[in-house]
Amino acid sequence: MNRYRWSTFGLELAMVAIAAVIGFPIYVLVNLALRAPSDTSSPIRPTTSPTFDNFAQAWQEGGLGGALLNSMLVTVGSVIVVLAISSLAAYPLARATAAWSRGMFLLIMLGLVLPFQLATLPLYQTMRDLGLLGSAWALILFYSGLQVPFTVFLYVGFLRALPRDFEDAALIDGCTSLEAFRFVVFPMLKPVTVTALVLNAVSVWNDFFTPLLYLSGSAQQTMPVAIAGFVGQYVSDWNLIFAALVISIVPILAIYFALQRSIINGFAGGLKG
Amino acid sequence: MIDAPNVQAPDPVAPDPIAVTPGRSRVSPPWWFALPAMVLFAFVVLVPSARGVHYAFTDWDGLDPNYAFIGLRNFTDMTSDPDAMQAIWHTLLIAVAITIIQNGFGLLLALGVNTIIKSRNVLRVFLFAPAVVTPIVTAYLWRNLLGPEGAVNSLLGAVGLDSWRQNWLGDPELALWSIVAVIVWQFGGYSMVIFLAGLQSVPKEIYEAAAIDGGGRVRRFWSVTRPLLAPAFTINLMLSIIGGIKLFDQVYALTGGGPGHATDTISTLIYKDAFTLGEFGYSIALAVVLTIIVAVASTGQYFFLARNERAAS
Repeated sequence: MNRYRWSTFGLELAMVAIAAVIGFPIYVLVNLALRAPSDTSSPIRPTTSPTFDNFAQAWQEGGLGGALLNSMLVTVGSVIVVLAISSLAAYPLARATAAWSRGMFLLIMLGLVLPFQLATLPLYQTMRDLGLLGSAWALILFYSGLQVPFTVFLYVGFLRALPRDFEDAALIDGCTSLEAFRFVVFPMLKPVTVTALVLNAVSVWNDFFTPLLYLSGSAQQTMPVAIAGFVGQYVSDWNLIFAALVISIVPILAIYFALQRSIINGFAGGLKG
Repeated sequence: MIDAPNVQAPDPVAPDPIAVTPGRSRVSPPWWFALPAMVLFAFVVLVPSARGVHYAFTDWDGLDPNYAFIGLRNFTDMTSDPDAMQAIWHTLLIAVAITIIQNGFGLLLALGVNTIIKSRNVLRVFLFAPAVVTPIVTAYLWRNLLGPEGAVNSLLGAVGLDSWRQNWLGDPELALWSIVAVIVWQFGGYSMVIFLAGLQSVPKEIYEAAAIDGGGRVRRFWSVTRPLLAPAFTINLMLSIIGGIKLFDQVYALTGGGPGHATDTISTLIYKDAFTLGEFGYSIALAVVLTIIVAVASTGQYFFLARNERAAS
């Protein structure tokens, strides 16, 4: 069962072939991004005289640097706020058995089922009336609320399996509840914090619909919105568009390959939580 | 809107069995710890959703504070609106197709990687990579690849399959399936990773015992692996069906709902009706329909799969 046989080798070849098919779009992406617009040969043929001009032009004309900074600000800000408020909220929700605790937990879990489309338009109106449209800070406020149900769900599941002895000891030793949470409970939540961090960061970074609505027409754009605007502007100048797509993908893939173990475990972690 | 469940709170008169142990205090953390999360959640999700349900019964245009209550008219209008009925059908079709194909593909990848092949670790990292890339970005990439002169057709020509060349996104018969294929390409590795976590939680001894008992490969998968994968199935099916129902970004970037309305989903129609036609009330009524579909699909699936998980363990 555990020997490497000819059939294992056949499987190996088949899997590598599947991976090659899956990687094919990425090859075309990079291949065309390196190509001068005058080169009209087949997109699958390797580019003969590669150039970086498209990248320079896309970077300057697409405002991608600013978009990158905005996306980073929004992602980091939202993730910090949502992890802080959700872990804090999950603590009493997992521990208390009173009716208010169960009721509040169910209310928050309702948020897992409600599709955001339902809240989008009324919230758009509220944001407009409060003058919050077009601001990256408003997006942080927005994601901090939107990601609460999922994050609380992860934390409560984890907390319920965690013994109470340590926090009880801390309380007996004179800690306040907040100190017990901050110095005893929260450090023990580290595995689920990593999962929640990865999943929230990826979904905030990649979100397109919300910033499309709330930031449309403003100078403060996140990466997905800047890319959509860029495609709209350079409609069929695909070499340039592909260079912009590569620029937007590189930071994500760099982080992914650097931290692949934690990231993959984070995604798979919902399973054990 | 919310069915207040009959909470089974412990009888307040009965003594807490733990509290009687002398010297141990059981102080529950204070309720106000939940306050910041609750306030933001209410501001962003609960209150706007409740207002959304209210607007669904009005002719609100998004601006005018004077709107009229029109009862169920938005919903009855929907039944005679071919665009809306088509969008609801597409939404269901996409959700079911993605759920079946993406998870079937993901399961095969997981079984392939969960062997002793030498490239298993590299493949796992590589196959999952598309799942972290921004969907709108991969969708723009595929819009070019699937074009009439795009790389997919070039590749088919290069391997002598000229007759297979298609206008993948421009042909109303094909466009919906092209969108499904793009999503399977991007998230097949996601399903794989979750199945893989399930497979790796199966103790080796169980396989060895089954092999000694003379179980064949297929038999072993069916009676040993499959039941133990039940939790992974629950998560994967839940994610793909809800993701499929809410699908917006990829449709927006690949076809914009076209050609004609051939690929419109409920989400793209909500966007168009609200922001290009100004029919906010009608648009929110569509969102209510979407909510009902998500709620029915997820609760139905939850109970079905929970029963299976129990039967399997």
